[in-house]
Amino acid sequence: MYKAVSLISGGLDSLLATKLIIDQGIHVEGINFYTGFCVEGHTHAIRKKDKKKEKRNNALWVAEELGIKLHIINVIDEYKDVVINPKHGYGQHMNPCLDCKGFMVKKAYEWILENEFDFIITGEVIGQRPMSQRKETMPIIAEESGAGDRLLRPLCAKNLPPTLPELEGWVNRDELKDFSGRSRKPQMALVNFYNIKDYAQPAGGCCFLTDKKYSAKLKDMWQARGSREYELDDIMLLKVGRHIRPSENYKLIIAREEGEVNYLEGYKKQFTHLRILSHHGPLTLIDGDPSEQDLVLAAQIAARYSQGRQAEQVEVEIKTPEFEAKKLTIKPLSAEQIPEKWHV
Amino acid sequence: MNENLYQLDACNLLCPMPVIETQNRVKELNVGDMLKVTCTDPGVKNDIPAWCRINGHEIISIEEDGRKIIITVQVGAD
Repeated sequence: MYKAVSLISGGLDSLLATKLIIDQGIHVEGINFYTGFCVEGHTHAIRKKDKKKEKRNNALWVAEELGIKLHIINVIDEYKDVVINPKHGYGQHMNPCLDCKGFMVKKAYEWILENEFDFIITGEVIGQRPMSQRKETMPIIAEESGAGDRLLRPLCAKNLPPTLPELEGWVNRDELKDFSGRSRKPQMALVNFYNIKDYAQPAGGCCFLTDKKYSAKLKDMWQARGSREYELDDIMLLKVGRHIRPSENYKLIIAREEGEVNYLEGYKKQFTHLRILSHHGPLTLIDGDPSEQDLVLAAQIAARYSQGRQAEQVEVEIKTPEFEAKKLTIKPLSAEQIPEKWHV
Repeated sequence: MNENLYQLDACNLLCPMPVIETQNRVKELNVGDMLKVTCTDPGVKNDIPAWCRINGHEIISIEEDGRKIIITVQVGAD
């Protein structure tokens, strides 16, 4: 039996592409790469307001629906070069989609060589994405990844030259599809054909780098640090809280509600943090290297987001990561005293 | 069958990191071994069992202690 690995994002296209190949008697296993920028229900679930949303990893869910194994691979470190130095540039925001797809297919190609699989499948559709899923970019992905003609896109295979699995008769090209463009009608028809009742519909894609606000925070972080290097914690924290930068040398990350407070609690050993003592208020982390004077301003800003915002005096505790604590009594800033440009 | 009990701390990791950490640790263990994974992301209550189901491992228990979720996995034959 021939063996294929399928790039499973958790979305509908990779589900359908995989199903088409399973139905041809190919042994398929899934592979999912975790870059740190992946949008998952769980990331949103940090916030308490989202607690009622179903929390599931869509790639795992798809794999279970298909009855296949799923290998989830941590590529956080290797992926940094894709984000920092994309050969093909960024999309509308900080999304290096073409480099990203090439990277993932390359990793999948390495995986099939290691695990003695025969080819790779993806859910790509010609013309569906403006950067990575165009007729002229599809050969680039195949070539730069090294996968060459071992990369099969079942949903649009008939619009592309035959690949090795088709030429060798491992799969029947006639049973593959010729989808193209942004219309979802062909996918919906296939969903109905397979009687699939539930599938993920991620609004705005599956990657935070396609998000305007997230991209702005990432650029701000790089600019303030004078370096594009990052660690996982850095990019996770960009997803959480209200980010306010009064100065290049530091910013505040202010929890917006209880779920975010709980999440930021886990970072108290890494960051100087502020807690409002005299009133109910959010936990605030300080990212950077603030002066004593900066910390007074930070306390005034944090107090603005507490229930003491109208009070003449608010007591704030400042603790370093070593848990050296001091207390300040300050007057909260008013909304007008926090310039819009400080909001990242 | 040699049933050893191992621990994995995946607290403060968000999905899918607890699953990845579990997956990587299980690869190092033998059939029948137990792995007790401690997490804080509520999503693990769905995801680690789902990962176990598709990979042939068994969930022995899911316990909650405040914000912590403790999942015990028994390694199956791959």
